[in-house]
Amino acid sequence: MKFRAKIVDAACLNHFTRVSNMIAKLAKTCTLRISPRHLNFILSDKVASGGVSMWCELEQENFFNEFQMEGVSAENNAIYLELTSENLSRALKTAQNARALKIKLTNKHFPCLTVSIELLSVSSSSRIVTHDIPIKVIPRKLWKDLQEPTVPDCDVSIYLPVLKTMKSVVERMKNISNHLIIEANRNGDLNLKIESELVCVTTHFKDLGNPPFASENASQDRNPARMAEVHVDIRKFLQFLSGQQVNPTKAICNIVRNKVVHFDLLHEDVSLQYFIPALS
Amino acid sequence: MPLLNQQIEEENDYSLTASLDNVRNLSTILKAIHFREHATCFATKNGIKVTVENAKCVQANAFIQAGIFQEFKVQEEPVTFRINLTVLLDCLSIFGSSPMPGILTALRMCYQGYGYPLMLFLEEGGVVTVCKINTQEPEETLDFDFCSTNVINKIILQSEGLREAFSELDMTSEVLQITMSPDKPYFRLSTFGNAGSSHLDYPKDSDLMESFNCTQTQVNRYKISLLKPSTKALVLSCKVSIRTDNRGFLSLQYMIRNEDGQICFVEYYCCPDEVPESES
Repeated sequence: MKFRAKIVDAACLNHFTRVSNMIAKLAKTCTLRISPRHLNFILSDKVASGGVSMWCELEQENFFNEFQMEGVSAENNAIYLELTSENLSRALKTAQNARALKIKLTNKHFPCLTVSIELLSVSSSSRIVTHDIPIKVIPRKLWKDLQEPTVPDCDVSIYLPVLKTMKSVVERMKNISNHLIIEANRNGDLNLKIESELVCVTTHFKDLGNPPFASENASQDRNPARMAEVHVDIRKFLQFLSGQQVNPTKAICNIVRNKVVHFDLLHEDVSLQYFIPALS
Repeated sequence: MPLLNQQIEEENDYSLTASLDNVRNLSTILKAIHFREHATCFATKNGIKVTVENAKCVQANAFIQAGIFQEFKVQEEPVTFRINLTVLLDCLSIFGSSPMPGILTALRMCYQGYGYPLMLFLEEGGVVTVCKINTQEPEETLDFDFCSTNVINKIILQSEGLREAFSELDMTSEVLQITMSPDKPYFRLSTFGNAGSSHLDYPKDSDLMESFNCTQTQVNRYKISLLKPSTKALVLSCKVSIRTDNRGFLSLQYMIRNEDGQICFVEYYCCPDEVPESES
């Protein structure tokens, strides 16, 4: 098992830092999957702790100038590591304006992801900051729980509105209720609803548009105005929204009635899939 | 917006309808009296009075006169109901409490009458939120019988003069003692805390003093825990009128200028902590 990679481009470095900040907001601990072409940040919560899952994918070519890896074996050419996501984002904080960033898998008394950052300095000698992030190598037999989630056949697929508006709405709603109802139809309407003994609040988003490919889905019913709804834990949804610091280039919400809501976001060349299961 | 139109058609059924281009002109004033969960609302042709009370010793009233609203209709007055103020404020600020410049949230408010919920329709950038807040049996509010003919001492101060004093009140003191007198020290705020007593004097010819009408020396004590919440109104206000009557009751009137330059008033009444001692 070997892994070493290097970023020298400032834009790539910033982008990578942003991704790692987003991951830190979305998941406390996550799995990092390293394969010859991709890096993935994976979260797959136990049902008991909410059952949220996440699959974030970066194409390594778009970020790294050098990228070498050797997986556990030739036929399973991948590495799965578990790490505390904040450790990575904290390490990358020092990387602002850095000249280069190197990440490698090391073993210093315990397995580590070593992040070394070459910083510019006034004098000609450069300074190097090194962070050793403790990791756990995930054995082959547990990989099956960490596969790319299949997107379920959804009842409604809809483009999301500006996430910032959604976030402020959901933040207020959270003060009133723990339960959020997300509903949408194929006319481009999306509603966020809470209902409590004291108050019912519904926010209506209109004319959002539906992604074209979804309308061909056979499982959808004929009436485009019919709402598909899903009840979710409002804190999980807010956590997802809080993680989005930059508005994504594309954001889609897929609802499987009373089962799951799936968010599919694209930030330039990073894709993020986030699943929140329905509350029973 | 069909939702809004539908509402307008049914307008005659409502005992109260009001609309406002900038919801913050209402929410800011209500925040100034938000020190208890519940409030009682009284609407007449002149506007809405919202009352919050605590411990049968303090009462805060916010007056939002009809002129603040772009439209204001009351069918049979007075319209009275009790409402959860925390929930109302969460609803009013559903699109965020610090909006971007130039973006306003519009409000339409309807109340059908006794037993019906208060309906709020908020709109920002084409997104509509509908809130249905259940109302409660109105409670009898206190009558402080504070009559201007019984006023002994009256001072009008620029709020900035009191702001610092109130935000730094020694909360280990149980009471705030207010001395008002035609002679020295004219206007004095005193606390008696764990770390000792403190006295803050305002000379009568201070620039902050807009008017000074004290006829008789009065020394009264008020529970600091009851007065502290009025800081919320003080922070927003430009002027404050401080009056005491012959029983030692205190009236604080705050003049608040909203974002459109209109003036609103918030008033606090507080009864003295003990029977005023003979002047010392």
